[in-house]
Amino acid sequence: MQIGPVLAALRHHKAGTLLIAVQIALTLAIVCNALFIVHARLARLSQPTGIDESSLLVIGNEWAGKPNADQMASLMAADLDTLRRVPGVANVYATNSFPLSNGGSAMGVGHSPDKLKYVTSAAAYYADENTLSTLGLKLVAGRNFNANEIGLLDGKAYVHPAVVILTRALAMQMFPHEPALGKPVYISASPSIVIGIVDRLRTPWVDNSMAKWADSSVLVPYRRLTPVTQYVVRAQPGRLGDVRDHVRAALYAANRMRVISAKDGVRTFAQVREAAYRDDRGMAILMSGISVVLLLVTGAGIVGLSSFWVGQRRKQIGVRRALGATRHDILRYFLTENLLIAAAGVAIGGVLAIGLNLWLMRQFEMDRLGIGYVLGGVAALLLLGQGAVLAPALRASRVPPVEATRSV
Amino acid sequence: MLAYYLRLGLLSLRRNPVLTALMVLAIGVGVAASMTTYAVFRAVSANPLPDKSSRLFVPQIDPWGPQARLDGSDVPDALTYTDAMALMRDRRGARQTAIYPMSHTLIPDDVSREPFHVSGYAAYADFFPMFDAPFAYGSGWDRAQDDAHAAVVVISSQLNRQLFGGANSVGRTLRLDDHDYRIVGVMADWNPRPRFYDVNNDDAFNDPPDFILPFTQAVDTHTDTDGNDLCRGTTGREPGWDGWLRSGCAWVSFWVELPDGAAAAAYRSYLQGYAAEQTRAGRFHWPPNTALFDLTQWLRHEQVVPPATRISLLLSLGFFLVCLVNTVGLLLAKFMRRAGEIGVRRALGASRREIWLQFLAEAAMVGIAGGVAGLLLTGVGMVSVGLVFEPEIARLAHMSAGLIGLTLLCALVATVAAAFYPTWRAAHVQPAWQLKSH
Repeated sequence: MQIGPVLAALRHHKAGTLLIAVQIALTLAIVCNALFIVHARLARLSQPTGIDESSLLVIGNEWAGKPNADQMASLMAADLDTLRRVPGVANVYATNSFPLSNGGSAMGVGHSPDKLKYVTSAAAYYADENTLSTLGLKLVAGRNFNANEIGLLDGKAYVHPAVVILTRALAMQMFPHEPALGKPVYISASPSIVIGIVDRLRTPWVDNSMAKWADSSVLVPYRRLTPVTQYVVRAQPGRLGDVRDHVRAALYAANRMRVISAKDGVRTFAQVREAAYRDDRGMAILMSGISVVLLLVTGAGIVGLSSFWVGQRRKQIGVRRALGATRHDILRYFLTENLLIAAAGVAIGGVLAIGLNLWLMRQFEMDRLGIGYVLGGVAALLLLGQGAVLAPALRASRVPPVEATRSV
Repeated sequence: MLAYYLRLGLLSLRRNPVLTALMVLAIGVGVAASMTTYAVFRAVSANPLPDKSSRLFVPQIDPWGPQARLDGSDVPDALTYTDAMALMRDRRGARQTAIYPMSHTLIPDDVSREPFHVSGYAAYADFFPMFDAPFAYGSGWDRAQDDAHAAVVVISSQLNRQLFGGANSVGRTLRLDDHDYRIVGVMADWNPRPRFYDVNNDDAFNDPPDFILPFTQAVDTHTDTDGNDLCRGTTGREPGWDGWLRSGCAWVSFWVELPDGAAAAAYRSYLQGYAAEQTRAGRFHWPPNTALFDLTQWLRHEQVVPPATRISLLLSLGFFLVCLVNTVGLLLAKFMRRAGEIGVRRALGASRREIWLQFLAEAAMVGIAGGVAGLLLTGVGMVSVGLVFEPEIARLAHMSAGLIGLTLLCALVATVAAAFYPTWRAAHVQPAWQLKSH
């Protein structure tokens, strides 16, 4: 197929050609970036927390009437006891925060007491001897906390644990060339000895700005005596619903001087996860929706304009057919024409896509668009163009040679 | 004549219903996506206090020095207690208040009811006049009561309804945890959005606070902040509440009202002088580093408009643009197909102006239909906006008369604009050419 005649014919349809090319270019630029955002968001959704999320329940408790630290210590011990006796509860512990909770405490972890010379930030989780089994964490080295190592920490007291458990990612970052077990790290003015390493435990935050140290967590052996406490409860397999329905009443029955929100005071971990990623899921839905509709609109636009061109050129098609062109030739003519326009469109669109991405990167701290996205988008739009032009082209190929003799 | 053209347009549109439906839907979807994301964007980027925003300022003082920012982090967006108290003592603004978010539990007198959680703010007397907080009953407290650490409280209309059935509760007692407070004022419904005075704690779009009580009193009762405590750059601290107050942790928000540019300039130099004084005294070991943001600058600095909202709006507008390019193409096809008809009309004496009118009228019909489709789809968008944005933000977006008008107007104007080139082509059809070939 010679493209010379196709190009010559296109010169007579400058406006239409330009419009389709521009539309393809803009579509490519937008779809590439939208799908890139979708992918980034979905990738975040699928990051593992390192905990066994099934059968897990969290309870947000706030003491009423401002009990003092001693009172809170015994109230908390009583609560843990109450929770343990709820039928279906396998294990429980009290903490300040848990993965995906979107609130907690971050600390600098370093090799010296100098706070400004820390190696990395890390999430600090208050933990006791039941934390590992409740969360289902995998201990890959060392040991768990002992019950007698768990300290009580008054509200504004200073965190300076004698022993800590690190995540493997944090341990690797602190001690890249040697085992971290038994070594001191500094999260306060005094050293804390690493007694255990867990495979993985995500920080509470899903925020992009903290993604760099998302797997850096440190477990500190404390019960924190502040009015607000989170209880993390593991239900026996299959008993999660039972436990969820009964824990609030059980705690209130034991002591009603407390607030556990009736609305979201008791949440399964599935609900925690859903809330944490609502924003990401929403963006993924919106961007995929826009991409799909945009491709449909562009496809429909190509069908519309091509049909018009076919209608306009019925006579010329008839002449060509009368002069010996086969149906196949006519079909190929329109497919080639569309391919040329689409090729010009995707060439501009590829540049636009990268430009848009660079701009978004500057404005919104986005990552660099992979060239795979652009290539994939180019292929998709070329295919879309060919697919869209197929029906009008087939109609054109069915124009009979006798058309050449009509209406002259 | 225009009515006639509109009727003609309608007829012509009915001739190829598929093409027409395509144009209408494309415009409808494009305008709906743009309007839905715009409604959300408008809600989160609104100026919460338009009359006063240029007179309200947030001072920033670097309490940690450049070393704490080696990892790229910013100067903390709150003040240390020490600095906030120094600014309060000096009172260099017309009005000023230190603020921090706090919460309590409220134990109802009726023992059959469960205690519940209330959240609010610790602030100074200037808070209310500074931020134009409206009162249903009573008023705020005065500066003397700040100095006296008075146990008074201002409650929200919502809490007043809940506790006192909406009656005037001024003078009555409110028990928050283990302390009694005398109610001096009940606010009318008041919830500026974004909640500018607490955006540094990510609380920009929550329900209104239940209570506001004197900062001095809140510190006396050792009530901890409910917001962020930024301690990164601090080298340890002494234990206990006093150690916390003296520490380098940044957790106090500060707002100052400055009536004009000269006052703002004076305050800037005062801040710089204050920080320099701290350096001289040996508390800071770095050259003074201070800033003063006005309200709108502060909202921008704190990125109150989530990036996701901005990106959604931008991509939706891009989407609308493609829909319009699509419409230009389809209208061009549609109009040029009728070159013969145009030729006849022109030959029978219709001027170019008449052709212009006829085809723009036809485009306007498409625009109106697209607008109506867009309106329906925007309605769908508003209902499902909760799927895409966080609930606190999603509930701010709602259909208003303005939005309905804007949707229709956008669709109409955009379509007519898109029709300009196809119409121009139609108006320049050569009658002789067309007549010859028929």
